[in-house]
Amino acid sequence: MNTASCKRLATGLLLLIVLCRPAQSIPAFARKYGLPCSACHEAWPKLNNFGQVFKDNGYQLKNERDAPIFQHPAYFPVTFRITPQWHRESNGRMPVDLTPGSATSGLVERQINTSGFDLSGLDLWTAGTLYNNISFLVLPSSDATGAFHFESAWVRFDNLFKSQWLNLKFGKHELDTPISEKRFLALTANGGFYQLYHFTPPGDSNTFGGIGNNQLGVELMGHSRNSYTRYAVSLLSSNNGQVSLPTSRTYDVYANFNQAFELSGLGLQRVGVYGYVGQSPTYFLTANGTAIPGADRGNKPFYRAGAYGIWYIRKLDFSTLYMHGYDNVFLGTGTPANQPGTLPAGAHGPSWNGGFVEIHYTVSPQFILVGRYELIRMSHQALPVGAILSNGTPVTGDFGNIDAWVAGYRWYPIMSSRAGLAWHQEYAHVRTRGTAPISGRDVPTSSYLMGFDLDF
Amino acid sequence: MLVKTYIACALVLACALPLSTAPSVEQSHIDGLSGDSGRGNLLYRRYCIGCHGREGDGMGENAPYLDPKPRDFTAGVFKCRSTPTGSLPLDSDLFTTIGRGIHASAMPSWIALMPQQRADLVAFIKTFSPRFQQEKPQAVVPIPSETPNTKDSTDRGKKLYQKMECWKCHGEQGKGNGPSAPTLTDSKEQRIVPYDFTTGERLKCGQTNEDLYRIFMTGLDGTPMPSYLADLKPDEAWDLVHFLRTLQKPTR
Repeated sequence: MNTASCKRLATGLLLLIVLCRPAQSIPAFARKYGLPCSACHEAWPKLNNFGQVFKDNGYQLKNERDAPIFQHPAYFPVTFRITPQWHRESNGRMPVDLTPGSATSGLVERQINTSGFDLSGLDLWTAGTLYNNISFLVLPSSDATGAFHFESAWVRFDNLFKSQWLNLKFGKHELDTPISEKRFLALTANGGFYQLYHFTPPGDSNTFGGIGNNQLGVELMGHSRNSYTRYAVSLLSSNNGQVSLPTSRTYDVYANFNQAFELSGLGLQRVGVYGYVGQSPTYFLTANGTAIPGADRGNKPFYRAGAYGIWYIRKLDFSTLYMHGYDNVFLGTGTPANQPGTLPAGAHGPSWNGGFVEIHYTVSPQFILVGRYELIRMSHQALPVGAILSNGTPVTGDFGNIDAWVAGYRWYPIMSSRAGLAWHQEYAHVRTRGTAPISGRDVPTSSYLMGFDLDF
Repeated sequence: MLVKTYIACALVLACALPLSTAPSVEQSHIDGLSGDSGRGNLLYRRYCIGCHGREGDGMGENAPYLDPKPRDFTAGVFKCRSTPTGSLPLDSDLFTTIGRGIHASAMPSWIALMPQQRADLVAFIKTFSPRFQQEKPQAVVPIPSETPNTKDSTDRGKKLYQKMECWKCHGEQGKGNGPSAPTLTDSKEQRIVPYDFTTGERLKCGQTNEDLYRIFMTGLDGTPMPSYLADLKPDEAWDLVHFLRTLQKPTR
């Protein structure tokens, strides 16, 4: 390194030290309450226990200043979040025409890599209180092209009968998942979700998108004053959170219970159990052969259940989760329930086990390291092992298994009480066993992302 | 050579900045807990700095927008204490205030923090004022057993409300709109509003009858609310408590 470079480096370091200030705020609520963002977030957007209590209280501090009447008339609780970025996506063993443009030239498997500058979708959310003990959240969310949908929209009646154990939410909402996928610290196409929260085996026709998807229904939730003890039970339409009742003739139930406890000198530990029981259609009534939306029939059951723990060792924390999943044989094989005779010989309801360990090292509220390893293992295939798939390859015991890992960090150089900015870098890799469409070999995919995650 | 000097300065500055927020080392002792100001410093920067400021002077970046203003820890004067007026609070007083919050202010309850974390915060808050090195808290103001809450007691309390001129600040109906109310300021000459007893059962420094009794006897230091320890007998203070409870509406 020459002298000029060293000078620039040293000057940059000095500027960095001067410009870096302690983490302060999350925009929408910081503007309302004047609290630093780090009060509620381990590192934005990951909640700490104070943030969990605030959320459980219906976005209220319960200091008699929660109702909007106490706010300046100009205050409006709006936050938007978007991530300008550069990213690279690698998709292995994609089916590609042998001769580009010729559908009859035959298919081969190729690895497709793409990269460049890009945008994330936009979250434009507003949340808070309509009155003391009446909370709301509305979250129009767009994809990168600006096409919007409602990610969430609910109203919540808090502290019913003056009890924090009775809070009723109505509308489209995030399930009270063991470890929130909406508030975690990965953004890439391969790492920006928990595989387990959305997994269905290859060939499965279950319309349920997983406990990671926001759902439509009501939630009864309760918590102790410090949220060490929490429960939530949701009654949901069986439509995977999709509006306009595309499939909605049955109801699903989700429940979560968790308990936190202190370990001296280490931090707050939390353990819990959860389960989702639902039904999904296997066929629709049709008109001229076209499915009639909402006229689903032949609903068959499925469930997801498991346990989890969140463990702190001072600045290091581990989120650990186990899940067992099962789908009915008609769902697992994509067979209409009104045609039981077409079930493949030896077919069985598929089941699987999975888990992940996610590690965070919170250097400070402004810098956090993230790592995750996740695996899914089929314990019972829908089709018998050895059965021949449509691509001519046999079903193996590990067909559909997934191994995924993520590593990254987030640095928050500037956080005022009005806005947040994070520099985000992440690499994620996923390997799915035996699902290459032609060869039946493993499919590797990976993502790399660097960008600015901004929140105002 | 110049480059090395640059880098050395940067590293020294990097190391020195965090230390500059820790004026001294303190400990706190609450029941079986021992708080450490070093750990408390990190917690303070995470949770408290936005309102109370880097120097603990109540001049955090959100302070201009808050009413009442955040506490200035450098003065070593605290509203909610179990000790006589003018005295430092006990560690347990500060610990309780952090856990309970200050009603009708921007200070929330920090019950979500672990007790050890709150004890660490108490230790760090004590580093802001030299009073904690120079003085010891005085003995706790005793709270005798509550007298029966009867009509006679509330009637006597009503007369005391007049006699002690509580109404001048808090108003005849306890709505905080007495004739002196518009003129009141705190120890930093900032406008302060007397408590409106009709808003609910929660008070700035607690919720129970014992808390209300304690407020009469210790006063709220840094505000115009004086201590009545020398002016009220314990039975009279309980009469006043019983009367004030009749002014309150239940908390929603």
